[in-house]
Amino acid sequence: MTAAADTAPPAARQRSHPLAWLVVAIPYAWLAFFFLVPFFIVLKISFSTSAIAQPPYTPIIDIFGGLGSIFSALREFTTDNYVFLTEDSLYWRSYLQSLEIAAISTFLTLLVGYPMAYGMARASRAWRPMLVMLVILPFWTSFLIRVYAWIGILKKEGLLNQFLLWIGVIHEPLTILNTNLAVYIGIVYSYLPFMVLPLYAALEKMDDTLLEAAQDLGCPPIQAFWKVTFPLSLPGVVAGCFLVFIPVTGEFVIPDLLGGTDTVMIGKTLWNEFFSNRDWPLASAVAVVLLLLLVVPIVVFQNQERKQQERES
Amino acid sequence: MERRASWFNVTSVTLGLAFLYLPIVLVVIFSFNASRLVTVWGGFSTKWYASLLENDALLDAAWVTLRVALISATVATVLGTLAAIALVRYGSFRGRTLFSGMIYAPLVMPDVITGLSLLLLFVAVGIDRGFWTIVLAHVTLAMCYVTVVVQSRLITFDRSVEEAALDLGCPPFKTFFVVTLPLIAPAVVAGWMLAFTLSLDDLVIASFTTGPGATTLPMKIYSQVRLGVTPEINAICTILIGLVTVGVIGASIFTKRREVERQRAERLAAANP
Repeated sequence: MTAAADTAPPAARQRSHPLAWLVVAIPYAWLAFFFLVPFFIVLKISFSTSAIAQPPYTPIIDIFGGLGSIFSALREFTTDNYVFLTEDSLYWRSYLQSLEIAAISTFLTLLVGYPMAYGMARASRAWRPMLVMLVILPFWTSFLIRVYAWIGILKKEGLLNQFLLWIGVIHEPLTILNTNLAVYIGIVYSYLPFMVLPLYAALEKMDDTLLEAAQDLGCPPIQAFWKVTFPLSLPGVVAGCFLVFIPVTGEFVIPDLLGGTDTVMIGKTLWNEFFSNRDWPLASAVAVVLLLLLVVPIVVFQNQERKQQERES
Repeated sequence: MERRASWFNVTSVTLGLAFLYLPIVLVVIFSFNASRLVTVWGGFSTKWYASLLENDALLDAAWVTLRVALISATVATVLGTLAAIALVRYGSFRGRTLFSGMIYAPLVMPDVITGLSLLLLFVAVGIDRGFWTIVLAHVTLAMCYVTVVVQSRLITFDRSVEEAALDLGCPPFKTFFVVTLPLIAPAVVAGWMLAFTLSLDDLVIASFTTGPGATTLPMKIYSQVRLGVTPEINAICTILIGLVTVGVIGASIFTKRREVERQRAERLAAANP
């Protein structure tokens, strides 16, 4: 070992190992190939034309065919798929309804999740890890199973109707399954842990003396909550809302199993376009537009996460 | 001010947990229902479990799912741990912003987009779709989750132990395996388990990336659920819930015991300088 390496800080010496660059390079290359490159392929195919062939689209760019064949393929590109998306009301209705359902259900999840996270953060120190564990545990069971469970509860002869009829609140069964209400219930249920955990993290590390000070100065508890607790929990609120809103916008399983025929969410539309109509270029165009809608929230979410990580380290 | 449980806090936590658990409990209870009508109780029976064992297509699907999950979780854990080390230990290397972007984006990316884009990649490069394409897809998704889990452990990690080993002349690779890895092991195990369950659970990405011959359990369950709720599905779900519960509790006991051992070792070290 040389003298220079000896005086360098140990961590730097570890990084200067001849094979150390692989630690970055291997996961980097993997993600670039399996996450980044596919997006460019989706983009390319969204400008192609559907064809009855294998694969079912043209043109197919032959990268080994030289520049000439690439240019001739580029000339065949069309924006027809995007024009079609604006012409057929099914698509823009799907986008609008997805955003609407995602926004409303994010708000509902916050309404249900906040008191829960608050209660957990106020619990005694001995109880808190146990409560966190109890919130995480359902998350480990299959998403599909948890959505499936609600079919048995919400359907016409289901358990909720049986219960409501039994206690005499209603006299004939309600139709809940296959409506948007069922979709909201399914989303709030499935995404609740994603909301509760960041909220809990923010509320748990809050300094109690601040509330004490507010109380000592004569601030009533409810006002103290809105002026002290809520603003301090905002990072958790923001993180939780993003973690719910972004994936819900493209959700497929919940609207498909719990929603009705008039629940048109974009994830379901994309799925049908791909699996039922086998129109790959159009499905790609649907995906590109969905991604454009989500790119702003995703970037904001990432910056938030990065800042959080930097604050902690 | 002592944090104590007011009636409001107790009620909201209790109601919240009841909301989270009630549907799962109902699935388990009705898997033992003798009646074919899923929501009407017809007495206790285990016949649906017996009929599962005769359902070869279902057992095949379960076996495929299990192998996909084992392989993809293991590869994802290796890649995810490397990525976490890169993010925490390598400072600002070139392309770091893109790298961390590619780690966080898949966490919130809708499954339909991830699935479609991976399928189009596999078609473009001409891989035969089936078992291995599902594995590749699951590795890509799950490694990002592993990274996040391991990263949070690495951030709070006491570097001095590692530096001591390096100063005493332990080679970097050996230091990693002898000092660093055992210390971050609970996070690595947690990451592996998360990756495993993500793979076990995934319907959408597997449906896009699969080919002829490879049907996973969620795909099978999904196609049956679309035909209606049946006690057999409740029985499969109950078995899966049971496995996951045992796994999670086992893992938490394992990490707890390690923690206790570590503390004991530290006390011993402090007592005998």
